[in-house]
Amino acid sequence: MSQITLTILHEMGLHARPAALFVKTAKQFDSDIRVTYGNRKANAKSILNVLTLGAGQNAVITIDAEGDDADEALAALQALIENNFGDAG
Amino acid sequence: MKSFEGIAASSGIAIGPAFHFHRGDPHFERHTVTDPAAEWVRLTTALETAQRQIAEISARAKAESEEGEADIFAAHALMLEDPDLLETMQQAVKGQSLNAEAALQDATENYAQMLETLDDEYFSARAADVRDVASRVLRILLGIAESPAAGLMTPSIILARDLTPSDTVLLDKSLVLGFCTAVGGPTSHTAILARSLGLPAVVGAGPEVLEIPPGTTLALDGDAGTLILEPDETLIADYRRRQQTGTRLLAQARKDAHAPAITRDGHRVEVVANIGNAAGAAAALEAGAEGVGLLRTEFLYLEHTHLPDEEEQYQAYRAVLEAFGSRPVILRTLDIGGDKDLPYLDLPHEVNPFLGFRAIRLCLARPEIFKPQLRAALRASVGGNLKIMFPMVATVAEVRAARAILEECRAELLAEGQPVAKDIEIGIMVEIPAAALLAERFATEVDFFSIGTNDLTQYTLAADRTNALVAALGSGFQPAVLHLVRNVITAAHAQGKWVGLCGELAGDPLAIPILLGLGLDEFSMNPPAIPLAKQIIRALTLAEARKIAQHALELDNPQIIRAWVKEQLEAQIK
Repeated sequence: MSQITLTILHEMGLHARPAALFVKTAKQFDSDIRVTYGNRKANAKSILNVLTLGAGQNAVITIDAEGDDADEALAALQALIENNFGDAG
Repeated sequence: MKSFEGIAASSGIAIGPAFHFHRGDPHFERHTVTDPAAEWVRLTTALETAQRQIAEISARAKAESEEGEADIFAAHALMLEDPDLLETMQQAVKGQSLNAEAALQDATENYAQMLETLDDEYFSARAADVRDVASRVLRILLGIAESPAAGLMTPSIILARDLTPSDTVLLDKSLVLGFCTAVGGPTSHTAILARSLGLPAVVGAGPEVLEIPPGTTLALDGDAGTLILEPDETLIADYRRRQQTGTRLLAQARKDAHAPAITRDGHRVEVVANIGNAAGAAAALEAGAEGVGLLRTEFLYLEHTHLPDEEEQYQAYRAVLEAFGSRPVILRTLDIGGDKDLPYLDLPHEVNPFLGFRAIRLCLARPEIFKPQLRAALRASVGGNLKIMFPMVATVAEVRAARAILEECRAELLAEGQPVAKDIEIGIMVEIPAAALLAERFATEVDFFSIGTNDLTQYTLAADRTNALVAALGSGFQPAVLHLVRNVITAAHAQGKWVGLCGELAGDPLAIPILLGLGLDEFSMNPPAIPLAKQIIRALTLAEARKIAQHALELDNPQIIRAWVKEQLEAQIK
């Protein structure tokens, strides 16, 4: 299992457009991907699950992936978050 | 005349007939089915139909360039194909032989309720999105097709329980004069939409608004948060006059955006901008900013995965200073820590971040973070008009310590042969009651104050500004906050120092007369608020503003103060 920890800097948090982009990206991979925020854990391919994490701006989340393309999936999600979901700072 | 009180969600006035936007709750019976497999096909077919409808609505929203709305529909589309939701519904239909309507309702309502319990208002507002999607599928299952917007033929004031994005996209906006909803808050979809369309809105006016007979003449005041039924001729004439004044005032304000803000009796104040980076500089100048009252430097730190080095910071500050030429730019040193975390700083988690290890407290303890920023700022000062201020100052000792580090940086740079501007003014943010109360002592230590009313309000009222349950307490119009502001200005002026204000209050049209009357020297706000702020200052004399301020500070609560200033301002601006 591979795992990364990241901070959501986007002002909307993991909600609205960022949440949709996050889920769409996760769905491109076959691996099982889970997101943990505080004591809540979510299926990264479920928008409802991801929204109910309530991860706002500056939330620190952990993503873990298990499967053949786990590393690629994590790299893609990391790039998405670090590029602030494509929005300028 | 009967009237309703709600939350003022979008500014402006509207007069017109009532139109009920009523979706009608689709009714269904909960029962078990004899052919669960067929029932599951019925549900998935409805989901596909909903998916197609959303794609159409999304395309329409994009065509009407409601970009934010198009994003919401992307989330709706994902909800319809959500693997967890599908699994739950499949279990209910195939496992428990439940009918499609009940399975859908149970599964979506479960998520809606989970979202509602989240602390963050933006997240809890998403419960409405889940219910919106569920209601769409339910209507498809039940064969209910009629649009709730059918029948809107003349320009009207829209009454609704609450409006969702898929509702408002159905509305012909040219026939909407304003919105009034029974539920919802200032961040509800209706409020956001109304502001983006420039239409007045009152939200959360209570369920009785849904009982108003259709076609009743209504007067909606998006500034006061009131809806009046069957207004008499005097009131209509008054509203019409205010409507015209508002339009005229704004047009005049935009025309004169670049002229200085001088009162009718010749008192000049500075109107400047709050900006976050060099990109914001152009918009600020275009709006008529006479400088920058607050340059937030956090962006540099937030957009990196490492601490930005001195050179990166120098380039960024240089770009802002160059854009403003000889106009003043006040750089606020790093205001981070507590609730604004930077992963690479490895800060401890705090239970109470607003009262925690942040801003100047963090910077004084971590010179390896603080010094590169100060060195970069000092280097960028050459040829511009830079001022530096420290955030979250609570004690005089902190000011002295920060100034000592700044002097150390200056000496180092000069020794290295790097030029530094002379006479850079140094100030502090006054946002902790401790600093506001002892302003006279702080005034001897600095060249200026900038009052941060957002934090000052939450610390003075002990009301977390991110908590919707106590949000009403946290108004900058609270008498306690206004008295602290007066104390700070009086103390500074007694020692020949000037005072700015860079909280939301500075750009609030109803706060401006009070602040002007209290003697505020510099008003710093988000750029779009600048033209109107200048125009309000020009409409008053300093003597009138003083009278307004004096009386306002004797009143009991924010609502009464706002109403009173509004009355005074309207008497001046006819």
